[in-house]
Amino acid sequence: MKRVAILLCVLLVTPRAEATAPVRQLNVGSKSFPESLILGEMVAQLAKSPSVEPRHKETKGLGGTRVLWEALRKGDIDVYPEYTGTISEEILSGKGGRGEDDIRKALAAFDIRMSQPLGFNNTYVIAMKEEAAARLDIRTISNLRQHPELRFGFSNEFLQRGDGWPSLKRAYDLPQRDVRGMEHTLGFLALENGDIDVMELYSTEGKIRRHRLSLLDDDRKHFPDYHAVLLYRADLQARMPEAVQSFLRLEGTIREPDMRELNARVELDHEREARVAADFLAERLAVQTAPELDSAVDRILAQTGRHLLLVIVSLTAAVVVAVPLGVIAARRPKTGQAVLGVASLVQTIPSLALLVLLMSVPFLGLGFWTAVVALFLYSLLPIIRNTYAGLHDIAPSLRESAAALGLPPLARLRLVELPIAARSILAGIKTSAVINVGTATLGGLIGAGGYGQAIFTGLTLQNTTMVLEGAVPAAVMALLVQGIFELAERVVVPRGLRLHAAA
Amino acid sequence: MVELRGVSKSYGTSWALRPTDLLFPSRQTTVLIGPSGCGKSTLLRLLIGLLWPDQGVVCFDGAPLSPANILFYRQRMGYVIQDGGLFPHLTARGNVTLMARHLGWDEGRLEKRLRELSDLTRFPADGLDRYPAELSGGQRQRIGLMRALMLDPAVLLLDEPLGALDPIIRSELQSDLRAVFRQLAKTVVLVTHDLAEAGFFGDTIVLLREGRVVQHDPLNELIHRPAEPFVTQFINAQSRPLDAFAREISG
Repeated sequence: MKRVAILLCVLLVTPRAEATAPVRQLNVGSKSFPESLILGEMVAQLAKSPSVEPRHKETKGLGGTRVLWEALRKGDIDVYPEYTGTISEEILSGKGGRGEDDIRKALAAFDIRMSQPLGFNNTYVIAMKEEAAARLDIRTISNLRQHPELRFGFSNEFLQRGDGWPSLKRAYDLPQRDVRGMEHTLGFLALENGDIDVMELYSTEGKIRRHRLSLLDDDRKHFPDYHAVLLYRADLQARMPEAVQSFLRLEGTIREPDMRELNARVELDHEREARVAADFLAERLAVQTAPELDSAVDRILAQTGRHLLLVIVSLTAAVVVAVPLGVIAARRPKTGQAVLGVASLVQTIPSLALLVLLMSVPFLGLGFWTAVVALFLYSLLPIIRNTYAGLHDIAPSLRESAAALGLPPLARLRLVELPIAARSILAGIKTSAVINVGTATLGGLIGAGGYGQAIFTGLTLQNTTMVLEGAVPAAVMALLVQGIFELAERVVVPRGLRLHAAA
Repeated sequence: MVELRGVSKSYGTSWALRPTDLLFPSRQTTVLIGPSGCGKSTLLRLLIGLLWPDQGVVCFDGAPLSPANILFYRQRMGYVIQDGGLFPHLTARGNVTLMARHLGWDEGRLEKRLRELSDLTRFPADGLDRYPAELSGGQRQRIGLMRALMLDPAVLLLDEPLGALDPIIRSELQSDLRAVFRQLAKTVVLVTHDLAEAGFFGDTIVLLREGRVVQHDPLNELIHRPAEPFVTQFINAQSRPLDAFAREISG
């Protein structure tokens, strides 16, 4: 018990940087794919100064545009890399116009500023094997019209997107009939093997490096621009002008081949994004930075602490709320149905939707507490249901015996009913705890830390080692939790009940 | 002592107990008997407030029972059900002393009362720390009785207390129970469906049928002055198998 207490103290007291001058913290966000992680890392490393302490580790690799945009508006993060196409289509829903000035104006209404483009345009490109393109003399997408026999292989997303194959076909009046959908990574393989002749990819995709490809010119300007930019809060200029000045040095510095190479180093060579970013800054901007490269052990320890804290806090709150709700449900059947109905409903909300929903709640936002609330909500049902079932299943003769003794209702609950239902209640808590350990990985999507950060980052980086860094400890923790509860059962469930079960 | 005044209870359209006046005199044992569904258990549960009458009142020493005072009066009534109704999570001792502990009795008083009761019910002292699952059926029933007697109630209500026991243990416990009743001189109301048991225990017997009191008399009267043909029918039905067998082996 004492050891657990000490461990908890260690987990709770996270060291904070102390300095003589007032150091301001710059929170940098990024999405969960290599390019965004690298750009986020560049921003953080550039902005670091004696007076500015950038933090990227906690808020990197977040789960999608909505999450980042909400976090930026609420001030949970100060800056993150985004694409002009995404801003105009997803964030502004196409209402703000597509030109850079239009976008800038629309963003100003939200007190958000946009940097000049960083240099590269990460949009769809149509690609062929270099050798085939040369043989057929194809340099532009228009040239494809002369070769109706070519076989196309596109990702399923591209086949369905509004700006994907259907509109591309119309825009260029393409005659090809052999068009199939396939998983993107397999597309490269199919192209290599000659099963298809043409595929789509992103212009900065690292995998391009491995294959000798010709990228066809979008001569009719069909694909929208996805210029990389930085979005930052308007108040940042006043709060830490030196930081803004520093990270804006990235404007116009990264060309497509540069980004492709950086992506390749992270995706294919499994280099750390911090190292890759630092190398680029040193080479192009002559800025020497000290990337924070923590060891795997450090990472696992920190994630374990964070993960445990997520589980313990949310589960404790769930027990405190759900057991009384279960008691009420058992006492009043109508209220009970309503309570169980609502708890079941919560269970059906997709986790990412719930997280985004919770982020917009005042006082929550990005990070730890939002994840705790989500986990708390997901933990309620098993505990309520098992408390209800445990109490409901007590033999009427036992309930009446307790009443006939003259015990008042609350004493009956405390002395007779809850102890008899203990096994069932504990089983509910155990179920919640084990599920909770798994679900807490979703914390990785909203910067709450925990094993999810390694798992999701690893997945997007296609870095199996990193995925296992999160997945294996998470599985071990789930087993340990299961074991701890089985031990707890011996203490909590009265011996008389266990005898009963044996007989 | 305990009295029903115009008490009735129905479920939907069927009577569990038709309007009934009935007095259970002090220090006497009254047995409620009748075929299944006759209302005898309903009557007992009305007495301790596990059910409430649709009409009429149940009185304890002249005072009507109500939800407001029922906890108080339940402490003056002991209630024993088939197989004891023991709480499986508590030891025998825990079961017997649960209510007294809740009322704040000190350990000395608890132990003294426990000793008295285990002597009275002939329960082995070393069995007190066993859980119900570790006790025999007869032992469980003795603990059920001890639990009911712990607060020394004026009234003892027993609902088929011996129903779940095998015949030899049953007859042994019957004698012990009757000894306890005589020794304590409590107002006892006992439900059974067994006529021999009713005669064995009861100063008077209340024969019920379909929610109605058919006859309220000592066994003798039931046999010799039946109130209606059903009484004789009921008595014959219960005595016939053994009598017939007796005649067969003697004849």
